[in-house]
Amino acid sequence: MKPTNIKDPEYFHKVVDCQYACPAHTPVPEYIRLIAAERYTEAYMVNWESNVFPGVLGRTCDRPCEPACRRGRVEEKPVAICRLKRVAADNKGPVRQLMPQGPFPSNGKKIALIGGGPASLTVARDLAPLGYELHLYDDHKKGGGMMRSQIPAFRLPESVLDEEVDFILDLGIHRHFNTYVSSMKDILSQDYDAVFVGTGAPKGGDLRKIPGREEGDANIHIGIEWLANVAFEHTDKIGKKVVVLGGGNTAMDCCRTAKRLGGEEVTVVVRSPFKDMKASPWEIEDAQREGIPIRNCMPPKQFVVENGKLKGVLFEKVEAVYDENGKRSLVSTGEPDEFIEADEVLMAIGQENAFPWIERDLGIEFGKWDIPVVDRLTFQSTNPRVFFGGDAAFGPENVITAVAHGHQAAVSIDLFCQGQDLRERPAPTVNLFHQKMGIHEWMYDSQVVEDLRYAVPHAANEVALKDRKLEVELGFSQDTGFKEAQRCLNCDIQTIFTDRLCIECDACVDICPTSCITFTLNGEEEEVRARLNAPAEELSQDLYVSDTLPTSRVMIKDENVCLHCGLCAERCPTAAWDMKKYLYQVTKTCQVWDIMAPVQL
Amino acid sequence: MTYLRPKFRHPESPKNNLGYTRQYYEGALSTLCAGCGHDSISGAIIQACFEIDLEPHRLAKLSGIGCSSKTPTYFLGNSHGFNSVHGRMPSVATGANLANRDLIYLGVSGDGDSASIGMGQFVHAIRRNLNIVYIVMNNGCYGLTKGQDSATADVGSVNKSGAANQFSTIDLVGLALELGATFVGRSFSGDKAQLVPMIKAAMAHRGFAFIDVLSPCVTFNNNPGSTKSYDYVRAHLEATAAVDYVPFKSEITASYPEGTGKTIRLHDDSEIRLRKLASGWDPTDRGLAFARLQESRSNNEILTGLIYLDPNRKDLHEMLDTVGQPLNTLTEQDLCPGQSALEAINAENR
Repeated sequence: MKPTNIKDPEYFHKVVDCQYACPAHTPVPEYIRLIAAERYTEAYMVNWESNVFPGVLGRTCDRPCEPACRRGRVEEKPVAICRLKRVAADNKGPVRQLMPQGPFPSNGKKIALIGGGPASLTVARDLAPLGYELHLYDDHKKGGGMMRSQIPAFRLPESVLDEEVDFILDLGIHRHFNTYVSSMKDILSQDYDAVFVGTGAPKGGDLRKIPGREEGDANIHIGIEWLANVAFEHTDKIGKKVVVLGGGNTAMDCCRTAKRLGGEEVTVVVRSPFKDMKASPWEIEDAQREGIPIRNCMPPKQFVVENGKLKGVLFEKVEAVYDENGKRSLVSTGEPDEFIEADEVLMAIGQENAFPWIERDLGIEFGKWDIPVVDRLTFQSTNPRVFFGGDAAFGPENVITAVAHGHQAAVSIDLFCQGQDLRERPAPTVNLFHQKMGIHEWMYDSQVVEDLRYAVPHAANEVALKDRKLEVELGFSQDTGFKEAQRCLNCDIQTIFTDRLCIECDACVDICPTSCITFTLNGEEEEVRARLNAPAEELSQDLYVSDTLPTSRVMIKDENVCLHCGLCAERCPTAAWDMKKYLYQVTKTCQVWDIMAPVQL
Repeated sequence: MTYLRPKFRHPESPKNNLGYTRQYYEGALSTLCAGCGHDSISGAIIQACFEIDLEPHRLAKLSGIGCSSKTPTYFLGNSHGFNSVHGRMPSVATGANLANRDLIYLGVSGDGDSASIGMGQFVHAIRRNLNIVYIVMNNGCYGLTKGQDSATADVGSVNKSGAANQFSTIDLVGLALELGATFVGRSFSGDKAQLVPMIKAAMAHRGFAFIDVLSPCVTFNNNPGSTKSYDYVRAHLEATAAVDYVPFKSEITASYPEGTGKTIRLHDDSEIRLRKLASGWDPTDRGLAFARLQESRSNNEILTGLIYLDPNRKDLHEMLDTVGQPLNTLTEQDLCPGQSALEAINAENR
């Protein structure tokens, strides 16, 4: 194997699994340490710089970081990263004065942002300090997009959302709310230098082909539309018996909202088996905690309507059968169909992009499923002036992905407006910081605690179910937040090996708790992996290989389950091992907060 | 600050035939200097015990005083242990062995503990062919008292203060050979591939198994001019053969071309196999061992590997014809067999 090039910014980035898995690459261990140090304001700003909506995401993020967390590989559960983010947001001090302060000198460029959701708002935040004139269009009365219309208030209080949306709007964004953009041609005919489309995936799935759909229409609703009506207070009640169709997060939001609007018997019915449900496990748990039954393997067959009134839904019984390729098909079990009574039905069976307002003769090419052709790196469409991001670009994802898209689209728009090549993007910012203070002393808390993941407290059902706006998750207290923060393994504190200093005494090999380090003869990766001190079967995790040492061996470290405890460096007599903090920040248009600068608060 | 070792281990840590992972054979976190050779030897002992499926309660570790003698705290935390007086470990070990012959005895000592203050004890334990694995962690200096030359420092070896040793050296391997040790080996803390199988073989050997392990003192004797530094030892290593230890009933998986390998059967029918055997080398030939040792000294080589082995000599218990079971298992019936037994003995002597 070739010696590892640790100067490649992506090598150590990959070792910080949480950050690497995060679409926006938020420096997770950095802000977790700040939380442990009770520096909540700075922890918030580290987040805000990277993911723009820490308070929102600390409650509602899909958390791709948590399954990636290294802690989950050495014990049962990962660090509760998402909930720690909320600790920062809940306990922050005044932050507004730490954000860029307008008015910003104009650079003479004018941008239209269509849709007021997380993608557009991120573009707005990244471009505003550079002097762009930004015009944000949304058909609702407030910004926030699906964060406002689809996420119920008992999961995300309106005040939290308002605050974070306003941080951005107050940078001097021109607001065009209650304005439905009905023609892209019209927008393009105006004097905008570029247009960003962040209109999400606004079309909820329907079941037009199921008998009874037309007749029962008055009591059969599309989930996301119904949620939006609740959020904007057009709807404030529902029938006593409610059936929710679908097994994703929207279904969970629908059933829990229904329960709060007067639904007494709310049932979620899913066509697939429980284990295949798309909803996040914690959202399923939350629904179950509120006493909502989830029925599986029951696709709807008929909406039963009598005398023009919906009576319920008839379901078929199926089971999942897998062929030799693992492909699933749902096959009828032959059991009799089941009828579930319902006064109202909510359909939460997926959502799609829809661009009825974009004329097809503007040079914006559309591909499969009516999704625009968008460059994955630059977010530019086939019309060079038009950029897409968020769900509008590649189909439904989540808030954090929309934010990540926003950052990159902003970089592209900036390059485009300056007449530069969109593919020659600025490099990410990387830094290595010394951590050593003494033989056994590091600037980070290197000791690995054995605490198991802490549970977050919830409001009691009796109170929570009576008030649609009462937040259910109560968040960690500062004390619990500290304890949970201590579970973080500090994977951004990198083990750095300097081969010319190594005397091959084996001290690091002997001390390493997880047997990550081996000194052995070099070879091909596949064969080397088989003869390391501990199994190295996780191929997605790199091997850190040194140059050849005097005994003609090489040092090989399997990054997979390294605890970043620093013992190798403490036991190294020649400082051939060192622990250094690695800070990786993705390319953005401008730095709205300097993580590295010391702060006087 | 970390003075504690995290409890987490590799989730796929291999298990031995007893179902234990290597962790079960570990001890407390070492307090020796970072990079000490002794820690590597501790690591090799842990690895060897893990690999031979040792039940930890079947082993007793004994030591004297010194950096080396601290190490039993850092391995086999689930075994018996006795940290004795400086240089007096061989006597304690002899007593323990006579009282309970069923345990495996692992003596851990250093060059000061064995070659200076404990020399009188050391040589007599060898003479008696006490059944013990006796490891000397040999760094050529008194590390615990800031690095004065020890009796095993080579003539001309320069210590950290810059002075060259003028006194004649004691070669513990030569001494053990002379006094009739039945298993004599030498290794290097930085060569686990050699050391681990050698410890395994020594544990299977019945009789005095002596292993001299060169173990650089990173703090006081790892300087240029020292003949016990990592660099010097690595540059002057010369191995007799590669050692493999094969437990009884293991499948034979390798065969060696004529003249390049040798198999020696131990009393418990386990085997020691030697690969890459130096030409004309036979570790059961004592005369050859003496000659080879002398030759390597003249060539400034450090001869490592299994140097001499006599699997057939009687150990102390056999020579003394002691009772075949540990003393604490003898019942009153065994110890006071009664009038008829006494009369039988008397009758024999009439």
